[in-house]
Amino acid sequence: MVTESDIEHIAELADIGISRDEVPEFTRQFNAILEYFEILDTVEGESAPAGGITNAFRDDEPRPCLSQEAALANAGSTEDGFIKAPRVM
Amino acid sequence: MAGTLDFSPDDRYNAFITTCSTAPFSGGALAGIAVAVKDNISTAGIETTCGSRILEGYIPPYDAYVVELLRREGAAIVGKTNMDEFGMGSTTETSAFGPTKNPIDTTRVPGGSSGGSAAAVAAGLVPMALGSDTGGSIRCPAAFCGVVGLKPTYGRVSRYGLIAYASSLEQVGPIARTVEDVSRLMSVIARYDPRDATMFDRPYDHRPSADIGGLRVGIPEEYFGEGVDPRVAKKVRDAIGVIEDLGASTVPVSIPGMRYALAAYYVICTAEASSNIARFDGVRYGPAVDTRKSWHEAYQDIRQEKLGPEVRRRVMLGTFALSAGYAGRYYAKALGARQKIRQDFERAFRDVDVIAGPTMPTVAFPLGERTDPVSMYLSDILTAPANLAGIPAISVPCGRVDGLPVGLQLMGRQFEEERIIDAAYAYEQGVKA
Repeated sequence: MVTESDIEHIAELADIGISRDEVPEFTRQFNAILEYFEILDTVEGESAPAGGITNAFRDDEPRPCLSQEAALANAGSTEDGFIKAPRVM
Repeated sequence: MAGTLDFSPDDRYNAFITTCSTAPFSGGALAGIAVAVKDNISTAGIETTCGSRILEGYIPPYDAYVVELLRREGAAIVGKTNMDEFGMGSTTETSAFGPTKNPIDTTRVPGGSSGGSAAAVAAGLVPMALGSDTGGSIRCPAAFCGVVGLKPTYGRVSRYGLIAYASSLEQVGPIARTVEDVSRLMSVIARYDPRDATMFDRPYDHRPSADIGGLRVGIPEEYFGEGVDPRVAKKVRDAIGVIEDLGASTVPVSIPGMRYALAAYYVICTAEASSNIARFDGVRYGPAVDTRKSWHEAYQDIRQEKLGPEVRRRVMLGTFALSAGYAGRYYAKALGARQKIRQDFERAFRDVDVIAGPTMPTVAFPLGERTDPVSMYLSDILTAPANLAGIPAISVPCGRVDGLPVGLQLMGRQFEEERIIDAAYAYEQGVKA
């Protein structure tokens, strides 16, 4: 069971905004879903990596990429050729 | 041969989010053919929203590799189709641009999440379309709208430029009115691309053959059990009877891991979504975030405003399933269940060549009927196992119940699309004859 304050905490962790009015409904739905997930408690053993698969490495060499103009074209806010983000401090 | 195609459809079903009134095309295998593309597949110069307000106005600066291949073979990209927001839904009702209606019965859902692609094909607006399938998102709407849809083997079609939702499960695939057209579109898009590190160099070059003499068809009891409408099950059994009449034999098989398939699927896809959706913050693309606010405040505000409740719910569920203290109980167990399901299929495929069952447990349900998340999730029970196992699966129409289409699902071994396409083609031709 998760509580309403758990839901608010998870929303904070995920940076997902939820309004006060949504909290009871999200909590109820979360608990219904988690109840359905209980079947997973009956899974025995640990997962092992699938065989026959190897990592797809490549050399770290520069390759053609988007121009600065194209990379900035969709940004909501730019300054001197940089993307502007919200303040961190 | 090159030119432009005029495209101004009567989109009464709301199948498209964006249409291109003049679509350029060139010569090639698909010269001048109108192809619709699901709106989570990047198209250079054409707005791509994923059915979400958080990407409204986003014009990709590059093509997905599948779109590059379409253009190279001469296809005219005529529009971007409606979908559940970020692919999160089974009805196309979670789209921020309004639901798509099922062309067979406009009071019903078209299925989802590639509902716009399936509806556009079913309504005859385009002969073929691309969808993407994470837990059934190509096969479900194909079944509900009475068209053919193929989810390829994981790693056979490039995901480069497919806007990610659940990276270990999803594949781009074709939707069309006939098996032959699905096969044709598949042969264009299944080409190796080193930019998708999960790809295998296994191109698809195949022409469907109706010769299926000696084919062994597995019938899993779990696909005909509780929750499956008996009238749907009957139609599918009749269809399997047609395949037997064409020279195939049937063998009972079992996928015991089915009992936790759906829970495992929802833990894994939400966990992956919680990471993939984190990039949508109004900084690099989409409506601008308010940069005067603090980091967390700005992100929380824009996501609350621009993401619908199902997307926020899934991101939160995934965050929870991966969080300290719960990852062992949920995520690790889901991976264990996924492995068992994969092994169940491997075991079954030692005795049979393809596995057959219904695509969906019911026919298309009324718009607005399934508002509760769990009841919505349950509709993916027969499609999600193929995504967990990474195997190819096709849905082909096999008759109607109450006037609504039923889909026959055929699943195959990894990289054996050719075999399920032949079985689907043999059935389609057999019924037509």
